[in-house]
Parts: sequence; structure tokens; C-alpha cells
Amino acid sequence: MTAEADPLENAVDVWANRSKDVNRDMSEKRMDDYSKYIWRKWVFIIGCIVATVLVSGYALTIGDYSIGFWESYQILWNHITTGGDESIADYVIWTLRSPRIFTGIIAGMALGAAGAVMQSILRNPLADPFTTGISSGASFGATLALGMGLSLATASYAVVANAFIFSLIPMAIIIIVSKLKSTNPTTMIMAGIAVMYIFNAMSTLIKLWSDEETISSIFAWSVGSIDSNSWANVIIMGIVAIAGLFTLLILSKRLNVLSTGDESARSIGVDAGKLRIVSLLIVSLMSAAVVSFTGLIGFVGLVCPHIARMVIGSDNRYLIPASAVFGAALLLIADSVGRIVIAPAVIQVGVITSFIGAPLFLYLIVKQKKEVW
Amino acid sequence: MSIIEVEDLSFGYESDRKVLDGISFTIDDPSFVCIVGPNGVGKSTLIRCMNGLIKPTSGSVKVMGRNVEEYDLKELAKIMSYVPVMSKDFNVLTVLDTVLIGRYAHQKWKTTSEDLDIAYKALEAMEIDHLAMRNFNELSAGQHQKVSLARGLVQEPKILVLDEPTSNLDVRHQMYVSAFLKILVRKTETTVVMVSHDLNLSAKFADRIVVMEPPGKIYGMGEPKDVVTKEMLRKVYNVESNIIDDNGSPHVVLQSVLF
Repeated sequence: MTAEADPLENAVDVWANRSKDVNRDMSEKRMDDYSKYIWRKWVFIIGCIVATVLVSGYALTIGDYSIGFWESYQILWNHITTGGDESIADYVIWTLRSPRIFTGIIAGMALGAAGAVMQSILRNPLADPFTTGISSGASFGATLALGMGLSLATASYAVVANAFIFSLIPMAIIIIVSKLKSTNPTTMIMAGIAVMYIFNAMSTLIKLWSDEETISSIFAWSVGSIDSNSWANVIIMGIVAIAGLFTLLILSKRLNVLSTGDESARSIGVDAGKLRIVSLLIVSLMSAAVVSFTGLIGFVGLVCPHIARMVIGSDNRYLIPASAVFGAALLLIADSVGRIVIAPAVIQVGVITSFIGAPLFLYLIVKQKKEVW
Repeated sequence: MSIIEVEDLSFGYESDRKVLDGISFTIDDPSFVCIVGPNGVGKSTLIRCMNGLIKPTSGSVKVMGRNVEEYDLKELAKIMSYVPVMSKDFNVLTVLDTVLIGRYAHQKWKTTSEDLDIAYKALEAMEIDHLAMRNFNELSAGQHQKVSLARGLVQEPKILVLDEPTSNLDVRHQMYVSAFLKILVRKTETTVVMVSHDLNLSAKFADRIVVMEPPGKIYGMGEPKDVVTKEMLRKVYNVESNIIDDNGSPHVVLQSVLF
């Protein structure tokens, strides 16, 4: 023990005098290294933003009416800054094509960020924005409107309103079950699965009683698409998604603490149960707002956070925005591919995201050297 | 004012089965206190109650004169840190980021150079600063233990509560961590409360030992030489032993199992 005494005294001194013995050069070097480490995360985020902007420009050119790549930006910019003109090009870009692009960006961002947060709060790599049964609730709501004509709203908003309201019911049940039992991730996932089966059974029952045409429209809704959206819908979705994303960014540091486990989190200063419920509420609202307008777009919320995690790590302060912008880029690319591959026919974006994303995901899993999960 | 005052503390997961039964003790001065006892006797439950992580069925825990339940979580995190046995996690962070999480109660959204300095000092003190940028999941169980301890340190607490911090460590690192904590208590007036299964390590380094016996009661508390005895080992652990003197500390040499 005697031989150990001095180095040990020194080790404790290193800690005990941490505020006095600060080596300024070393401190600055560490901060520089850390800033570079953080900057690498931002490079990925900025790269995804640039990709989203470029793909948006390209997506604006797709269609019967021919408009050039740079011209499309110019028309869009003119419309935003000056209110546009009466030209056909302005009408095509602003009224016909832009809502689709912005729907894609907002849906991709919301689902990507929601997926990252769901995986963090439930500590489960298979969690996605729909884990809590949002998709089954939304499907049931849409099925009810399309199959039986029962809706909480009329005419054009019948399906949207039903999908939104019913998609939040599973989350409400999960929160009630969590309050009665516990807020641990397993309880929440199991409650979500139970609710999902109930809604799926009810949807199946309605489909059994429906005619072929109705079943076809229910199926088309469930595949998910970002077309046929108006600016009014984009604004509603945008407000919910951006407010949600902003709140999640504020909570991101707390979400990191949650990764240490519920009891550790509490001892570090975070009430894990409360944070899990608040985050679940935000994520559910974001996903419900998107799903009710677009139908079920799977995959983005599950896989985008994993790909982002492989590149930039699991720090939620950067993972949430990275998953959001990567989600936006992937969704727009998938939608553009779906529109050109068998043009003039269109393949729904929900199908293409899986076709593009899954091989990319598999490639990254195989290539990944570091342990990510 | 006592640093920690546990008074008539009872806890049970079910109403008819008590895990802790009327535990009372106080820690008045900064010291190194080890809690020992057989498996399942409620040692970890006791420190979780002390930390406010679980709510006792009856009785109270006062930290710095105030009931632990009255503290705001962030406020308590600056006074008392809890070092559990850490294992691999789904959310993989680097060792540095994992340790920086311990700064949550002190810092804002962005990491400052002060946070970094403190994190690196804790890593140096634990001899793992070279692992700072490695992924936490790539480390061994023993290294996880040291990361967990570094994360507890960066909370800059007055009380450090540890759950078997030496359980996955080799003998050198068991000695290192125990001796480190002993010197930490002396030099920084931090109070260390540590659950341990290693009676000899506890007897060598602790100022006081709390011995628990089934069903969730305190058998005795005092200086190692007063509580680590043949009688205690016979009654609490059901083993026959010899106690030899190791420079003033009792050292247990196990002989046989009693039935």
C-alpha cells in the first residue's frame, strides 16, 4: 500500500484542486478538440439541409409543365418576397408543387425527430413514432370515416380529423396505464402493443363490412403520400411540427440524462417518468399531425435516427436535429424517385422510402465498425 | 446538523413483506461509511431510500438537516450523487459525454470549458482519461465502473453514495478505488457511503461499517474492529471464520459454512 500512497494522494489532489490547478493551454486545447468533435456533427446536419434544399429544387421541376432547376428557386423566392405574379409558372410552382415539397420536408422532419426521441425515451432501437399505437389509432379513424362515413368533422377534413383524434387515443391510454402502473419503457411499449391490437381488430371489422372501392381507398390512405396537400394543411402541420421540434431540442439535454437509467437520471436531477410522459405527448402530437394529413409513412421514423446515430453518435442535442433533417432529405428523395421512375404514374412515397432506406441501412449496419447499439 | 440522519426507516414492495425494518443511524461528520450484509438484506434499497430514489413506507431520511423528499431534484443532485452499477446502454455515448451527463445540474444546454475541465479531472483521477473519446459500450465492466464513479464525482457532491463500486474491478483497481475514496474523504470533507460485499476491503478503508442482517435490520454500526467479529460473521453470514489483525484493521479468514 505504501508504494501506492503517493500516486493516490496525487490523484485525489488532481480532483480536489480542480478549480485551482487549471492548465489554461490544456484547457483551451481540450475545448478546441471538443468544438471540432461537435462541429463534425454539425457538418452532417448542414449536409442534410443542403441536400434537402437541392432535392427540393429538383422536385419542383418534376411535372408536365417544364420549369428549369434554378428557375424554380427564382420563382419560389419571388413569390415569397413579392407575393408572386399571375404567370402560369408561378401558379405551378407555388400552388401546385410547393405544398407537396413542404409537406415532405415537414413530415420527414417530424417523423425523423419523433423516432429519435421515441427510441431514446423507450430505450429501444425498434421504437418509432408509431410504437405507441399512433398508426393503428389513425388507421382506425381514417377507416371509420372512409368505410362508415362517421367523422368528427365534415367534408374534406373528415378523414384528417378522425385520424388525428383517434391517433392520440392510444397515447392517452398509455399515459393512464403508466400512471396506474409505472412509467418504465417496457410497460409503455406493452400498453402500446395492446392498444394497437384493439384498434387493428376494429379496423379489420369495418373493412370486412366494406365494399371493394372503400377498401381500396382505405389501403391507399394507409400507404402514405405527400401529394394532394394544400398550403392550409402545410401550415397546420408546420406549426405543430416546428413547435414540437423546438420543444424537443430544449428537452434534448434532459433526454441524454435519461439514457443513464431512471434512477440514475433522478439522482442527476431529472424526473425520468415525467420527462418520458411529456416527450411522449409532444412526439405523439407531432406524428399525429403528420399522419392525419399524409397517411402512414413508415420507415423514416424508425431508420433515419439509426443512420444519424451511426454518423454522429447518440447525443440527443444533435441527434434530434440530425434525424429531422435526414428524414426530410430522405423523404423528398424518395418522393422524387417515386414520381419519375414510372412517370407519369407515381409510386407512393411510403413504398420508396423503404426501397431506398432499407439497403442503405443494411449497408451501414455491415460497414459499421463501432458498437452503436 | 447531521450530514445524514436516517430515522426509523421502513420499506416494503408489498405491504406484508418488509425489505427494510426500522433502520436508524446518523452520519455526523464527513466520513467513509460502508454498508455490508448478506445478499438480499436490503443494502441497495437502503441507499436508494437515502438518495430519495424510492419513497420509504415509513420513517424519514434527512440530508443536511432537511428531509430528502423536500429537495428539488437539481438541488439534491448538487449535494448528493449516486453511483450505481453501470452496464451497456442502447444509447451509446462516448466516455467523455457519459461523464459530462453528471454535470446536468450545474450546466446549461451548451457544454462549457469549465465542464470539460472538470470532466477530464475526474477521468484523470480515475486513470481513464485516455478512454475519453471511446464509446462507452466498448469498455469492460470494470472500466464502466470507473466511468460511473467519474460521473458521480463531476456532480461535485458533498455526499457520494455508491452501490458496489468495486464489484467488477480487479484487485489493483479495488484497492485503488477504495483508497481513493478514503483520501477523498480526508482531503475534501466529502462523505462516502458505499455498499460493499468485500468485508476485508471495507474493514481496511472505512471509518465506520453498518452491518445489516435479515430481515432488513441493522445488526450493528461502528468502527471496523468493533463490528467485524467472529460472532457477527456467525450470526449474520452463517460462516465460521478467524479474524486476524492487519495493521490495526480486522481481516477475515473464512473457515467453513454453517447450516
